Amino acid sequence: MEKTEVMKIISDETLTYAQQVLALARLAESYDDTLKRNPLWIKALKEGKVCDLNEGLAPYRPRYILPDYSILLEKGCSFLEIEKPKNLTELCFDLLIFYRHVPSITSYPVYLGNFTELFMPFEDEADNPSTKEVLRLFLKSIDKTLCDSFVHANVGPNRSKLTDIILDLTKEMQLAVPNITLLYDEDVTPRDLAIHAVDVMLATSKPSFANHKKYSSEHSNCPYAIASCYNALNVGGGGYTLPRLRLYKISTEAKDADDFMNNVLPRYVDLILENIDQRIKFIVEESSFFKSSFLVKEGFVEREKFTGMVGVVGVAECVNNLLGIENKAFGFGHNEKAEKLAYEILSKIEKIVNEHKGLYCSKCDDKYQMHAQVGIDTDGLDDAPGCRVPVGFEPPLFEHLTLESTLHGFFPCGVGDIFKFDQTWSKSKDAVLDVINGAFRKGLRYFTAYSEDNDVVRVTGYLVKKSEIDKLTNGEQSINNCTVFGKGAKEKGRALDRKVYGKNSD
Amino acid sequence: MEKIPINRLIDFSPVDGTGNRFAIFVQKCPFRCLYCHNPETINECSACGVCVEACPKGALKKESGAIIYDESKCVGCDTCLRVCPNLSSPKTRYMSVEEIESRITRVRPFIRGITVSGGECALYPSFLEELFIRVKRMGLTCLIDSNGAKPFKDLEYLVDLCDGVMLDVKAYDDDFHRKLTSKSNAVVIENLDYLLSKNKLEEVRTVILPKYDDQNRNTVDNVSRIIGNKSRYKLIRYRYYGVREEGLKEFGKVIVDESYAQALAELARKNGCVDVVIS
Ligand code: SF4
Ligand code: SF4
Repeated sequence: MEKTEVMKIISDETLTYAQQVLALARLAESYDDTLKRNPLWIKALKEGKVCDLNEGLAPYRPRYILPDYSILLEKGCSFLEIEKPKNLTELCFDLLIFYRHVPSITSYPVYLGNFTELFMPFEDEADNPSTKEVLRLFLKSIDKTLCDSFVHANVGPNRSKLTDIILDLTKEMQLAVPNITLLYDEDVTPRDLAIHAVDVMLATSKPSFANHKKYSSEHSNCPYAIASCYNALNVGGGGYTLPRLRLYKISTEAKDADDFMNNVLPRYVDLILENIDQRIKFIVEESSFFKSSFLVKEGFVEREKFTGMVGVVGVAECVNNLLGIENKAFGFGHNEKAEKLAYEILSKIEKIVNEHKGLYCSKCDDKYQMHAQVGIDTDGLDDAPGCRVPVGFEPPLFEHLTLESTLHGFFPCGVGDIFKFDQTWSKSKDAVLDVINGAFRKGLRYFTAYSEDNDVVRVTGYLVKKSEIDKLTNGEQSINNCTVFGKGAKEKGRALDRKVYGKNSD
Repeated sequence: MEKIPINRLIDFSPVDGTGNRFAIFVQKCPFRCLYCHNPETINECSACGVCVEACPKGALKKESGAIIYDESKCVGCDTCLRVCPNLSSPKTRYMSVEEIESRITRVRPFIRGITVSGGECALYPSFLEELFIRVKRMGLTCLIDSNGAKPFKDLEYLVDLCDGVMLDVKAYDDDFHRKLTSKSNAVVIENLDYLLSKNKLEEVRTVILPKYDDQNRNTVDNVSRIIGNKSRYKLIRYRYYGVREEGLKEFGKVIVDESYAQALAELARKNGCVDVVIS
């Protein structure tokens, strides 16, 4: 007899207890059908033309929540009976307590704050010998209690001694959690901090670099942060929901490129916008989060700072299909026509998204934003993440970065790519930083790199340990919720087989 | 407009000087180093046609006494380089300063400078002068990677123009230098002193060889005394990749140990060399 869904979860030996609880909660969420959905949306879901990322049918919190931790520093938190922290150790404990109460789609906090800023009041403790040990325990505690690679912290753009200690520990400890991003602006960030970050990134696959000049100019009213994989969202706000357009599948419905642009694509963009409207309405009006959560009541988040996210995947396969290109070696990434079409398609989506008046997002100009989603394991090889060049067909480094820089402009709430380097690059941190500077000048939003022989590696957007994937492959449990995605992406999407750039960078 | 034979252009190179650089490899070299890693840069193509027959993809043609290379057909198998009896390459192209400049302009935001290497780039001083003047206008630095075969004191304008020279000193002992390269090292050593006096010595390199401990020591000892803390000294471990038969016969199919190179680096440091790196 076939096992019930519940039985499958509770008998799965590769799931830890915490993972089982979350899986059961997710199952319950998907049983309810109060949430309104257009039958055409449901049809498109079944056909794989759109995807709801299993967000469930009764969302009871926004997908991504980025608390404004400066309030914790200033006032503490009355719901959690936390007083304003007086020293670094207290702050670390306060944060660890607080993190457990920040919901998200994964039930783990996707944003831990900007450590450089948060720790700044206690910078004079940096020279204290016990400080490094306090921070070590803090990081270890995060890795072992917030067992999910979408848990994300920021550092920078300025330098502090405590930031350097955190980077040193990151390299020493080789942990998958938290994901870390350096907010980087070549005119603001001191060069030695940038070089330090490059060194740690090549050894540990983090921190990544976010183009702070670009992002901060777009967020002049409300500061942003990088959360989850590489999502740029308002601090004190976040993202309500993230359904996706699977452009390759959608393109199979079109007679030709014109039909796609003028008929097929606009229909699906309208559908996704309607779905986002419905989900946001539900989260805000039906569920209790914005009415009763302490995060809202005490001002850690504010409803209007959230926005809806329009996910996009499969740009490469979509344009290749529309142009009748079967061999990916001659397609997107190697073909000007394909790249021009990609630009036109993204412009079209952008236009429709920007013309739509979003709900409950007035601090985002009443607009939803496009997001180049990193893909999920079940996408396989049909849809490359966001606007990336498919794995195995990456062009030489210069062409690769130039192409992505052109397209990154379309994705204000997040896009990024990963570059895998060999030893000749990991020995020349200056050269890697030159590459990052050049790419950011050209408009690239986000850059991550790692060396080919690291244990902690970046799968599409999040970090996992190769050694943990091996555990799952052998039928053992892995503490990190994301190892299973990494395993899927490795096996179905060849995500670990990104091209290695060597000394000739081609 | 002068055109010179170019073996290869590399948009991004992390290994030809500090930072990310655009690298230009010219064709032709007066030395014949036994351990040369890219022997196909040594001579100009004589258009003998041997490679045309050998290319499995029909990417090469001989037309009115010259070799025509069709990049779109080439799969990079390097058969042509292996069969060439003349230590050359059919892919070499004659290029003008303008053509190279426009390639550099494309990648400019990503690089901090260019490096001209080879072959031996000092064979084309007037070309380099023109190129450097234009590249410096872009706000980029210009490095010369040279084996020191040509006297730099005769190229003072070029030396003043460039940001530094990375100089190979393959051996301090002249007889051994002749054995390795087919030429005397008198000019090389003279160049070492001259570039130091001009404050343009960016880096000195010596390849550390297997089986020649005395020669390695002699070279590292003397060179490090001369350069002291005024230049970086890079010790390159011999690796057999790309080395042709003659070289393999002499040095073998081996890679020099890191620990052996470290010991030589220690020697250089003792002589006052602060910045010694091993690659
Ligand atoms: S590398 Fe040489 S032999 Fe091989 S395809 Fe290219 S031109 Fe022909
Ligand atoms: S590259 Fe070598 S083999 Fe080919 S034509 Fe020139 S000299 Fe002859």
